[in-house]
Amino acid sequence: MSDIAIRVDGLGKRYRIGALHASNYHTLRDSLVGLFQPREKQPNGHIWALRDVSFDVKQGQVLGVVGRNGAGKSTLLKLLSRVTEPTEGEAEIHGRVGSLLEVGTGFHPELTGRENIYLNGAILGMKRTEIERKFDEIVEFAEVDKFIETPVKRYSSGMYLRLAFAVAAHLEPEILVVDEVLAVGDAEFQRKCLGKMGDVAREGRTVLFVSHNMSAVLRLTDETIVIDKGGLIMRAPTPEAIDFYLSRGFSQEGQRSWESDEVPFNAAPFRPLAVRVHNPQGKVVNTIRSVEENTIEIEYGLSAPVTGLRVGIYLMSTRGEYVFTSFDTDDAAEFERLTVRPAGRYTSRCTLPANFLNEGRFVIGINASSYRVKRYFQDEQALTFTVDAAGAPGMHWPEARLGPVRPRLDWHIEAIEA
Amino acid sequence: MTTTGSSRLTTAESQKGNMTVQSDSSVTLIRPPRGWQAINLRDLWLYRELVYFLTWRDIKVRYKQAVLGIGWAIVQPILTMVVFTVIFNKFLGVKPDAGIPEQYYPIFSFAALLPWQFFQGALQRASSSLVSNSNLLTKVYFPRLIIPSSAVAAGLVDFGFSFLIMIGLMIYYGVPFTLTLLWLPLFLLVALLTALAVGLWLSALNVQYRDVQHMVPFLLTIWMYASPVVYPIDVINVSKFWQVVYALNPMVGVIQGFRWALFGTNPPGWMFAISMGMVLVLLVSGIFYFRRMERNFADLI
Repeated sequence: MSDIAIRVDGLGKRYRIGALHASNYHTLRDSLVGLFQPREKQPNGHIWALRDVSFDVKQGQVLGVVGRNGAGKSTLLKLLSRVTEPTEGEAEIHGRVGSLLEVGTGFHPELTGRENIYLNGAILGMKRTEIERKFDEIVEFAEVDKFIETPVKRYSSGMYLRLAFAVAAHLEPEILVVDEVLAVGDAEFQRKCLGKMGDVAREGRTVLFVSHNMSAVLRLTDETIVIDKGGLIMRAPTPEAIDFYLSRGFSQEGQRSWESDEVPFNAAPFRPLAVRVHNPQGKVVNTIRSVEENTIEIEYGLSAPVTGLRVGIYLMSTRGEYVFTSFDTDDAAEFERLTVRPAGRYTSRCTLPANFLNEGRFVIGINASSYRVKRYFQDEQALTFTVDAAGAPGMHWPEARLGPVRPRLDWHIEAIEA
Repeated sequence: MTTTGSSRLTTAESQKGNMTVQSDSSVTLIRPPRGWQAINLRDLWLYRELVYFLTWRDIKVRYKQAVLGIGWAIVQPILTMVVFTVIFNKFLGVKPDAGIPEQYYPIFSFAALLPWQFFQGALQRASSSLVSNSNLLTKVYFPRLIIPSSAVAAGLVDFGFSFLIMIGLMIYYGVPFTLTLLWLPLFLLVALLTALAVGLWLSALNVQYRDVQHMVPFLLTIWMYASPVVYPIDVINVSKFWQVVYALNPMVGVIQGFRWALFGTNPPGWMFAISMGMVLVLLVSGIFYFRRMERNFADLI
C-alpha cells in the first residue's frame, strides 16, 4: 500500500479585493477606456480564490490538475509550494516540493550561465554540493556548454528557457509541481521536457501536473482533478475528467459571452463579447450536423485602433488534439486591407464546411493577437459544441471512426481486371 | 466522479502504518498562520547557503555593471571625506574630539564614515530588497528573512575596501595601531544589526506602502546629522536628558566605538549601553513585525 505524499484538507485562500487590484493597478488606466468597467465589486470586499479543497495524492502518483484561468489552480500551487499561506484548512506535504512554476526565477541577466545555475539551484533549495554533482548533467540537458561563461542576457530565449528548465528538472524533489512550462519553447524541447517528466514519474516521485495542454495531461497522468471557481469539482480518471472539464459550464445555446470581470485587464484594447455557433438556418445551436455548412462567429469590441490584428479560432477535440487554427486575416489581401482596424464593435465570421468534422464534441478556443507584437486575449476553452454525423459518409456502418475529421472524399472504384 | 472524502479515510489509515518510512523531519504542515511568530530556525538553517548566494549575487552584479567597478567602493568614501573636511572643518570650523589634533579632521571624519557608509548602503539595499526581489517572493518559498539579511551582508565587501583606505590614512597620519582595534568587529556587528533591524521594518513596510522608498534617503540624511559623523560626540552636552535621547540612536554608540578603537578617545560607556539596548529592541521588534507581515508579501507585492 503506497503512502501519502500530499494531503489537502479543506484548504481555502481569501483575498481582499483591494489586494487583487493593487497588483493590477498598472493596467487599470488602460482598462478604464470605453467598454471596460472595473471588476465587479464583491459585497463583502473579499474573494475566495480557493475554498474547501480536499484531496490526497499518493506517493508516486502523477495527478493532473485542470481548470480555466482564474479557477484557483495557481492559488492551489502557491499554497502547496508555501509561497503564500492559507486562510483556512491545512495541507500536509511529505518530502521536498520542487516546482517548475518558477522556471528561471532568480536568473540574473548579468550573471553567466554557470553563475546562474548555482544561484537558481540555491533559490530552489539545492545544496551547493548537490549542484556541483549535477552541474555537468544540467549543462548537457540544456545544451549550453559553449555559452556557460556567457552572461545569460546574451542567450536566445530558447537557450535561456532550456537552462532554466534544466536546473529545475534536476532538483530531484520527492514532489514535483509542474505548471504550464510546456506552453513555451520549441516542439523538440517540449518533447524533451515531457520525457524528463515521464522519467521523474517512473522513478516513483509524485507529480502534480497543471496544464492547459490536454493531450499532455492525457499522456502523463492517470487521474485528474478539475478546479473551477475556487473549488474542486471533480476527481476522476483523466479521460473522464478532461471530457467533463471541456464540456462543463458552457451554456447550452451554443453561445459563450464574456462579462467585463472575466476579461483580463491587459486584454485592452481588445474586448471579447461573444462566440457563437450558427446552423445554416442562422439559429444559435450547440449541436451541428456534419453534413451541413455551419458558421462560427466571434463578436468583439476594440476601444482603440489596433495594427495587424488577427482574430481567430483553434478547434480542439475533447481528446486534446488540435484540429486546426484559423485567423480572420489569413487571406493576405484581407490582411493588407485591414492593416489598422479602427475602434468599434466587430464580428468575425467563418464557415465550417460541410462534410468536414467527425462526430463528437469539439472545443473552440479564441485568440486575438498581433503577430510578434502582442497577444491581447486567449481563451483555449471558449465554447464546446457537438457534431451529429447523421448522413455522413460511412454511417451505414455503426462504428466509431478514428480521427477528428470525417471528410467526404471522392473515391473511384475501378475494376482493372474483371 | 469520485468524492475525495471516502478515499482519504483509507489513505489516512495506511499513512499511520507507514509512519516509520517517512522521517518526521520531511513533513511540512501548511496551515493558516496564527498570531505572532518567532523565527523558524530550522528553515533558516536549511536555507543557510541561500544567504551566501544572494549576497554573492548582489556584490557580483553591482560591480559587473559599473565601469569603475570596485573603484566606487574606494572613490565614494574618499570624496565624502574631502567634502566634509572642506565644508565642516575649513569653512565651519568643526573640530575633532578633544585630544585629536585639528589637522586630523579628515581621518576623524573617515573613522565615522567607515561604519556610517556601510550602515547607509546596507539600510538602503535592505529596505528596497523585498520589492526588488518580488519575482522570487511570488514564486518560490524560502525564509523571507534571508532577503534583507543578504542585502545587509552585501555591504561588507565595500566596508572591507574602505577599511583598507583607513589603514592607509592611519599610516599617513601616524595614528598608532593599538590593541583596541580588536574591538572593531564588535562595533561593526552592532552597525550591521542596526541596519538589519531597521531594514526589516522598512522592507516589510515598503511591500505595502511604496512611500517608504521615497522616505529612506530623507531618513538617512537626518539620521547622519543625528549621529556624530561630521562633529565630535562631546558637542552634545547640553543636559543629561538630551544625551540619553541622543544615545537612543544606535549609530551614536557605533561611531563612538569606532573612534575609540582607532584613536582611544571617548571610551564607550553608558551611552553605548543605551545604544546596544536600542539595537536589541529594534531587532526583536523588527523580526516579529517582519514575521507578522511576511505571510502577505506574496499577495501584496
